[in-house]
Amino acid sequence: MQRRATLAALLAGFGLILCGPAAAQGKYPDKPIRYIIPFAPGGESDIGARLQQPYFKKKFGQELIVESKPGAGGALAWSQANTFPPDGYTLISTNLPHLVLQPLEGLVQYKTADIDNVYFYHYTPDAIVVRNESPFKTYADLVAAAKAKPNEVTFAGSGTNSANHLAKERFDQVAGVSTSYVPFKGTGDLVASLIGGHVSAAMSYVTLAIAQKGRARMLAIATEKRHPQFPEVPTFKELGIDWVDGAYRGLAVPKGTPANIRKAVSDMFSEINNDPEFRQKMADGGFELVDITVDKVPAFMAERSRVYVDVAKRMGLVK
Amino acid sequence: MELLSNLGLGFSVAFTTTNLLYCFLGVLLGTLIGVLPGIGPIATIAMLLPVTFTLPPVSALIMLAGIYYGAQYGGSTTAILVNLPGESSSVVTALDGYQMARQGRAGVALATAGLGSFFAGCVATFLLAAAAPPLAEIAFKFGPAEYFSLMTLGLVLAVVLAHGSVIKAVAMILLGILLGFVGQDVNSGIPRFTFGIPEIQDKLEFVCVAMGMFGFAEIIRNLEKKGDRDVFTNEVHGLMPSKKDFKDAAPAVVRGTLLGSILGILPGGGAILASFSAYTLEKKLAKDPSTFGKGDIRGVAAPESANNAAAQTSFVPLLTLGIPPNPVMALMVGAMIIQGIQPGPLVMTSKPDLFWGLIVSMWIGNLMLIILNLPLIGIWVKLLKIPYRLLYPAILAFCCIGVYSVNNAAVDVYLTAFFGLVGYVLIKLDCEPAPLLLGLILGPMMEENLRRAMLLSRGDPMTFVERPLSAVLLGVAVVLLALVFAPAIKKKREEAFQEAD
Repeated sequence: MQRRATLAALLAGFGLILCGPAAAQGKYPDKPIRYIIPFAPGGESDIGARLQQPYFKKKFGQELIVESKPGAGGALAWSQANTFPPDGYTLISTNLPHLVLQPLEGLVQYKTADIDNVYFYHYTPDAIVVRNESPFKTYADLVAAAKAKPNEVTFAGSGTNSANHLAKERFDQVAGVSTSYVPFKGTGDLVASLIGGHVSAAMSYVTLAIAQKGRARMLAIATEKRHPQFPEVPTFKELGIDWVDGAYRGLAVPKGTPANIRKAVSDMFSEINNDPEFRQKMADGGFELVDITVDKVPAFMAERSRVYVDVAKRMGLVK
Repeated sequence: MELLSNLGLGFSVAFTTTNLLYCFLGVLLGTLIGVLPGIGPIATIAMLLPVTFTLPPVSALIMLAGIYYGAQYGGSTTAILVNLPGESSSVVTALDGYQMARQGRAGVALATAGLGSFFAGCVATFLLAAAAPPLAEIAFKFGPAEYFSLMTLGLVLAVVLAHGSVIKAVAMILLGILLGFVGQDVNSGIPRFTFGIPEIQDKLEFVCVAMGMFGFAEIIRNLEKKGDRDVFTNEVHGLMPSKKDFKDAAPAVVRGTLLGSILGILPGGGAILASFSAYTLEKKLAKDPSTFGKGDIRGVAAPESANNAAAQTSFVPLLTLGIPPNPVMALMVGAMIIQGIQPGPLVMTSKPDLFWGLIVSMWIGNLMLIILNLPLIGIWVKLLKIPYRLLYPAILAFCCIGVYSVNNAAVDVYLTAFFGLVGYVLIKLDCEPAPLLLGLILGPMMEENLRRAMLLSRGDPMTFVERPLSAVLLGVAVVLLALVFAPAIKKKREEAFQEAD
């Protein structure tokens, strides 16, 4: 039986090659959906997508095929977002503030308005993560070191002009220090350098601390209240810093996708987000769920853009 | 003891019906494409990559790995019976293997190649299992500077061991690195060298270059070779080597296995390099080197063991450091990333089932291969009777489908054809395409790590020599390079490769 199933899977695979661009007809989705993740595997976008995968299959009967296309802090994939057929069978994972900040700098090959976001599903709170053996026991230790030796404290982060990059600039400003930022292709890509002690710390998210529990710890976390899984880690607020932020994640479709499909994508991922078992798994992983459906996306983007541009200006990231 | 429990985990993963099936499928395909000249593991794995999307990660990797080491078995069959390398790593096997076949000892040659490969496969699997965990620990000591230096060493090594002119090898590597620059810059996303062509905005698709140079160009080259193509199909009997054969072949197998295992681990190495080096070594050690090229069993035993050992140990740098030491492993990186696995030192701890399952599957795969390739040799021999006028167009068509399916882009097929022509011209100019591909693979990774290292050192290039590990790696690279250019050694090296020709 199993052999037959695997053979069928293989044949299906070949079928996928041969009739890849076949047009969508009738019920959507009626074939596997390509889900492009613009970061290296093992990062938040990848982990989040892989947690969605089985629920998608269970609820909607089709495979959600996760595909990594990492590079340029996500910009590599986003600048190609509109080159895919607008038939609902290619979805691109998107991130904020990346989508707002990168085009502001003017070097990437897409504009914020080019990306047709249809749903935002979660966010991950900013956090400063160090490896277990790190000499920095507290947030104050890190600030003291950064003050003593300007630019010698190095932060690994995911991408340029990304949430991590912005958070690192924010840290420099609030602590009154100057540190160095080293971009990686994604959080999954920076783990080995963090654990190996090649960077002083990572400007990342709570999710990293959860995934690397036992090998890495957090110095501070950008949530309103302490995180239930890390009652010992202080929030920035407790340290006297007004910093509650993180990276939002959602998905976009290529421009020109019909309205009914955009709505269908939003509905499907909203339904996954409301599954109690899924909610529990996401919470365990350090993801905070949101439910920004397609009708709410424009207002949400406008509000977030305002916040990011404001912060970025204060940080001097953009003029 | 930990090794035993790890291997136990591996067996429990590899011995599921699904994984056994995929392992079998992999080695079967590997043997098939190994036997068929003109199509190799690079083209095959590239073709199958999109299919692996829907498979569980372990099964996908088990199958793809099977294709690589399976091809090493199959390649020798063609080399021995037709005097055509079924696989580029079997080029040297043809020298003595075909002569053995002409002397009516085709069966013995096939058995020697098969048994030698099996022995090498077992040893290399064990080495991989034993060496990978400590190496993964060391891998954490590797920061961006060390990665950069290691890859530099790998490229230098590829130059030193390249077959032919040093200058040409250096040129090929630099050309490869340049081609690697095409596409968006990893840090800023600005396109470089794309000349406004949208299809290469992202990067030059590695699969196109690899298939063009190793698939298309190889076929054109094979078409040129007319002349003696006697297929010794009816004379394959008496598989069992005699006592004397055993005595001659056994030490060569052991030496080939050791050399192959080492060359497989080093970046820039791999099966092709291993077989050439093993053949040269045997010839050097022989009391009477004149028997080589006239059907010496050692000339079959050593390179065949070496290429299989190297095919398997080349997984070590991939699984521990995340560095692909050769083009096939670069495709494996792609396969792993598709499956959501970041190759590197964390694979072993975060996905132990995948890691150990893959290793154990290699041993099982070798067992399947020896059965596939010795008792069932007759089937493969029949395959060789297919006329090339039917075979080559079919292979070309498959390659085109494979290339197209990676991105569903027709431009990729044109690009492949273009690189096929480039590859053919390079072959005519005696420039090996392998170093070019290595430059193309390692170039972007080197750049990324170079820039990271410079950021960490705040722009001070001394970081590469101040960090001890990095300094040692660079030091070895400089010494090697100096040695190649030293007149005395240069001459020796040229002689060695002349003999291998």
